[in-house]
Amino acid sequence: MDLRYTREELAFRDEVRAFLAANLPEDIRRRMLDGDYGSKDDLVTWSRILNARGWAVPHWPERYGGTGWDPMRQYIFLEETQKWPAPQPLAFGVNMVGPVIYTFGNAAQKAHYLPRIANLDDWWCQGFSEPGAGSDLASLRTRAVRDGDHYVVNGQKTWTTLAQYADWIFCLVRTDAEAKKQEGISFLLIDMKTPGIEVRPIVTIDGGREVNEVFFTDVRVPAENLVGEENKGWDYAKFLLGNERTNIARVGASKQRIARIRELAALEFAGGRPLIEDERFREKLAAVEIELKALELTQLRVVAADARRGSTGKPDPASSILKIKGSEIQQATTHLLMQVMGPHALPYHDHDLDGSNEPPIEPDYAGPAAPHYFNYRKVSIYGGSNEIQKNIIAKAVLGF
Amino acid sequence: MDFDLTEEQSILKDSLDRLLAEHYGFEERRRIMASPEGWSGEMWGRYAEMGLLALPFAEADGGLGGSPVETMIVMEAFGKALALEPYLPTVVLGGSLIRFGGSDAQRAELVPAVAEGALKLAFAQGERNSRYDLHHVETTATRDGSGWRISGRKFVVLGGDSADRFFVTARTAGSARDEGGIGVFLVDAGAKGVSVRGYRTQDGQRGADVTFDGVAVGAEAAFGDPEGGLALARRAVDAAIAALSAEAIGAMAAMHALTVDYLKVRKQFGVPIGQFQVLQHKAVDMFVAIEQARSMAFYATSMADSDDAAERAAAIHAAKVEIGRGGRLAGENAIQLHGGVGMTMELAVGHYFKRVTMIDATFGDADHHLRALAAGGGLFQAA
Repeated sequence: MDLRYTREELAFRDEVRAFLAANLPEDIRRRMLDGDYGSKDDLVTWSRILNARGWAVPHWPERYGGTGWDPMRQYIFLEETQKWPAPQPLAFGVNMVGPVIYTFGNAAQKAHYLPRIANLDDWWCQGFSEPGAGSDLASLRTRAVRDGDHYVVNGQKTWTTLAQYADWIFCLVRTDAEAKKQEGISFLLIDMKTPGIEVRPIVTIDGGREVNEVFFTDVRVPAENLVGEENKGWDYAKFLLGNERTNIARVGASKQRIARIRELAALEFAGGRPLIEDERFREKLAAVEIELKALELTQLRVVAADARRGSTGKPDPASSILKIKGSEIQQATTHLLMQVMGPHALPYHDHDLDGSNEPPIEPDYAGPAAPHYFNYRKVSIYGGSNEIQKNIIAKAVLGF
Repeated sequence: MDFDLTEEQSILKDSLDRLLAEHYGFEERRRIMASPEGWSGEMWGRYAEMGLLALPFAEADGGLGGSPVETMIVMEAFGKALALEPYLPTVVLGGSLIRFGGSDAQRAELVPAVAEGALKLAFAQGERNSRYDLHHVETTATRDGSGWRISGRKFVVLGGDSADRFFVTARTAGSARDEGGIGVFLVDAGAKGVSVRGYRTQDGQRGADVTFDGVAVGAEAAFGDPEGGLALARRAVDAAIAALSAEAIGAMAAMHALTVDYLKVRKQFGVPIGQFQVLQHKAVDMFVAIEQARSMAFYATSMADSDDAAERAAAIHAAKVEIGRGGRLAGENAIQLHGGVGMTMELAVGHYFKRVTMIDATFGDADHHLRALAAGGGLFQAA
């Protein structure tokens, strides 16, 4: 047992840091620090810089553009990019549909889609949840009926993140209404420009427009866009959801937020002195740091186990621990960051007024704090709510 | 970075687990606890035979050259078995003071005796008003010819009623809470002026309050600089906290396994109560807390021998907080999920709960270490 990075791992970390310093445009980093995550242009720019270096999809098999890094290097890369902070890859392409395509797709699909995902030529979104199918995802009702060389899709998806930018959506659709609910589902790739698709924004409690409803009315999808076998989509969905172990805990992002909390707590005053000197505040921050350190090591234990036995590609209940603790810590840190602002958390900084003659609201850095907190209530809900994660652990680990 | 045990470490773990499974069942433990000493000389002999008592000492001194990982393996197994022998006071605390503070002559005298099981030690550092502060020392050591005279009272000395010799912190200069002016001295339990009031602790282990009344010791009793002993004391206690973290993990995991088993067999409303989601989720909360605490026990272990005192202290503070909080969550839920039978002396689960609870109160509880970590600037300053 040795919890220090090896000399080679440290050298690799330095290489990543040097690359970030030399290649990430400063204005993008600035916007990341300010908590402004939504820009499509920034992500496209950064994804292409990474792709030119061969680092856009590190965890993919090398023949599809991966780097061949062991799990520890993948983890270091992720942590360093999150701490910097650099924009994080579009998960729907890089972490979700990409692995499904290279694992279950046919040769033509791999050749066409994978390079375009790596270069962010195609912006992907996820069509899983429906109004009646949340935690009980398998009860989804969007229908795809075969008609010659096409499927005709009717139904509605919801909580579709950044669908407003999307070129493509990967969907779970019901292709056999008679079968048991998990056994009549297929995995379909749909071009968002196809006639009959309508995207309607959902404004979330933070005031942001991150998620959407997507309506399908007689949408004709070429049958060649089916991934794998018809009616096996549920297996692919489980693979997709359990496949994600390295990024689910968001350790680097939480470390970066803690650094930000320290920085801003030195600028805000409480009781006549900087908040960061307040004993109670420091203890709250230290308590979160401890949880985060524990999570980092738990994550590294999973990474090391993967490295030793090779990733099985099967759902791993360890991902559920990482999801539960990772989301709790993200929520604790966004709450602390809001608390740092005190009363200055109140004003709503309306970006629709940017460029008007109104003077800016001060301090400018306080603007994103409360919306960020509100927004991050999502992290214990999406990707399988924390209660669903506990069901998974209860069943898979404890044997209930 | 790796989390694996070497082949030798795996053998150590397996053979100790086997030994304890054979000789340290619930009934055997109860018998041992009820004996006058409150621990088993027979087991102590077996530990010596296995080399456990020689484990952390350098090979050149007659030890086995084990790292904190070996100590972690032993302590986790002891936690699982709720072992009662004074391993922590003798080998971990006393052993650390010998390793890091002993001169060549002192190590040559003491290490072989500890290793063969002939010498039991205890660290007398706590005082009536010191709470968890190692630097709060009112006990005095005054010059007396070439030696010293030690006077004062020490409280809650772990393993104090069976110790052959005490390591004692005593003030050689300055006032009660100064960090300087503290010495570490080795005193015979049978020396004139030493009186020991032994007792059982809440978790069935043993402790003592010890009074030193003008006890005369020679110059060779001092370990290291008699005015700069605090760093040595801290180092030994940091090692003990890492070891206690491992012990707590052993106890927490055992308690969790018992609880999950119980949920599967106990029936109410015509079904095993483990079918109720609210109970499943409590068991999952315990599991998550234990895995998080295990990660921090690994962290403490990896830092326990670090020469960088600040880095070591931050890791130890953080681990003790996590163990304290996670131990309480796991322990209280274990009792709750067992229901009424969890309240009885007849079941092991309550004994695990008591041990984990007392570990929190030993060498600083979660609040103490959180305050210390926060005052020191937190955990991620340097990262």
